[in-house]
Amino acid sequence: MDKEYDYVILGTGLKECILSGLLSVSGRKVLHMDRNDFYGGESASMHPLDKLFEKFDDPEGTKDSFGNGRDWNVDLVPKFLMADGGLVKLLVHTGVTRYMQFKQIEGSFVYYRGGTIYKVPADDKEALMSGLMGIFEKRRFRAFLVFVLNYSFDDPTTWDGMDPKTSTMEDVYSKFGLGKDTQDFTGHAIALYLDDEYMTQPCEEPLRRIKLYYDSLSRYGKSPYLYPLYGLGELPQGFARLSAVYGGIYMLNKPVDEIVMENGTVCGVKSEGEVVKTKAVIGDPSYFPERVTKVGQVVRCICILSNPIPNTQDSSSCQLIIPQNQVNRKSDIYVCSMSHTNSVTAKDYYLAIVSTTVETSDPLAELQPGLQLLGTIQKKFLWVSDQFEPQDDVKDSKVFISKSYDATTHFETVCEDIMNMYEQITGEKFDPSSISLADVDVES
Amino acid sequence: MAARGTAQRPNGAVQGKICQFKLVLLGESAVGKSSLVLRFVKGQFHEYQESTIGAAFLTQTVCLDDTTVKFEIWDTAGQERYHSLAPMYYRGAQAAIVVYDITNQDTFGRAKTWVKELQRQASPNIVIALAGNKADLSSKRMVEYEDAQSYSEDNGLLFMETSAKTAMNVNDIFLAIAKKLPKSDNASAGPAVGRQPRGVDLRETNEPHQGGCCK
Repeated sequence: MDKEYDYVILGTGLKECILSGLLSVSGRKVLHMDRNDFYGGESASMHPLDKLFEKFDDPEGTKDSFGNGRDWNVDLVPKFLMADGGLVKLLVHTGVTRYMQFKQIEGSFVYYRGGTIYKVPADDKEALMSGLMGIFEKRRFRAFLVFVLNYSFDDPTTWDGMDPKTSTMEDVYSKFGLGKDTQDFTGHAIALYLDDEYMTQPCEEPLRRIKLYYDSLSRYGKSPYLYPLYGLGELPQGFARLSAVYGGIYMLNKPVDEIVMENGTVCGVKSEGEVVKTKAVIGDPSYFPERVTKVGQVVRCICILSNPIPNTQDSSSCQLIIPQNQVNRKSDIYVCSMSHTNSVTAKDYYLAIVSTTVETSDPLAELQPGLQLLGTIQKKFLWVSDQFEPQDDVKDSKVFISKSYDATTHFETVCEDIMNMYEQITGEKFDPSSISLADVDVES
Repeated sequence: MAARGTAQRPNGAVQGKICQFKLVLLGESAVGKSSLVLRFVKGQFHEYQESTIGAAFLTQTVCLDDTTVKFEIWDTAGQERYHSLAPMYYRGAQAAIVVYDITNQDTFGRAKTWVKELQRQASPNIVIALAGNKADLSSKRMVEYEDAQSYSEDNGLLFMETSAKTAMNVNDIFLAIAKKLPKSDNASAGPAVGRQPRGVDLRETNEPHQGGCCK
């Protein structure tokens, strides 16, 4: 451990492991440490089930209930992969996809006022059949969808007066005369916005997101979402292996005593009395309490069920979005559900993880609209996590800190943070063509 | 490499009598894990083999009478060094070779720990072989053949002394594993026959990609 490294990385969460992988592949010397004796930090999946009970200080809880504890892999931060999204592209480019197996999430649903749950239409034909909208609204929505799917950012003839930079999403909605509820469902269940701030922004980003949803949907059919067998904890492990294959050194169970600075720039990391020299440090906020700012909180409730979520066509896995306006909130409530078919629960059990951005002093009450859709809940674990962002003055310090995992139910913001960090760290944009699969795939 | 996760091969890998299995290597650093694989897969040996770098998987096939057994071989990529092997490594492994160095008693002790770890973490039907490597250095032997053999018998392991340098018993140990692995659907025990791909292949419909990620 006495060598000098280009990067010492602290914490084996997904963001840190992806960065570790990308940096190792490009020839940098990486030392990756974690204070825990398992991979993943907050992106770990708790396994076996006892670990989850321990985590929530309820070690006596399981005993003989909930089947074989070893069948469980419970995510702390629930998210799905968009099938055509950034993380899938990274998995394919780096070859990490070969360490893992993925399944489609079976359905994508949206909750509407009055307690009805609707399937998010998978295409324009489903939109016409859906009970989600009245007959005239359906036609308007169909026209809108056809417009978006044909929209090309490079081809102004497809814009129909809607300039990606100057027209707002509000303008686009009103052009097609979409009602408030349809806007809600489009912005939140398809474009996957957490709140309504996007409405007054240029329409480029929302249109890209709607396209991403449908491009993802078209890859495998049932829903735009993928999910790894054995839970999200496989993702950091996969990228850690990539890093190790390219020379990254891994140390778990390694407490970090101090980040050693010299004239405002990092020069080493002290662990168990020993200092490792490094040119830069990368890590998650928990390793740098005095260099991050709390920007909010996310509340998550992990629920064990013995039934699929009612009114979701008995889906063994699904996403259910409760748009903010439908329950008079500022941010959406998300429900992610997985089961034995995803190798994350024992047979005949289901997981539903309900989450939202905290708006009041009673986070549990804020989740109620989600919790009440789940039927009988066998066991609940409530978890409020602080959201941290790095302070701005870290540029000279060469201390690069990731943001906490937000309330979104997919990995797009995770990828954005990683790409921004990569650029800050290396001074160059990440170029996927710099990784060729041939390098990774050794075959006889 | 042949398709892990390539969608929908019914009943896994039994396909024209080609069976694919995941095999993992375990053992202390510098006992010759990578050298064994390199000898088996490429017929090569390097006296000063660098610590494992740059190999995600190696694959090699072994032909039995009526079956081709394809091994997908996972090396530790050095993650064993500070006891930081990920659970993913063992996941779905149907065979393991636990390697020690016959000239180093400590590595034999560590091998026993790895065997315990496999019995705890890996699937219950995993086929485990113990390899006493560097058998060409028998003048410096510190681990007696009989000790390792009786330990293996007690624990139901295959056992051979091997030399990646001279190729002694290298093919043989893989062949012995291939013979012991269940290769038909009808084998009543064991849930998995060969590697059972489930789910979707992310690469399947992926077009050549030009733009940046995540944008």
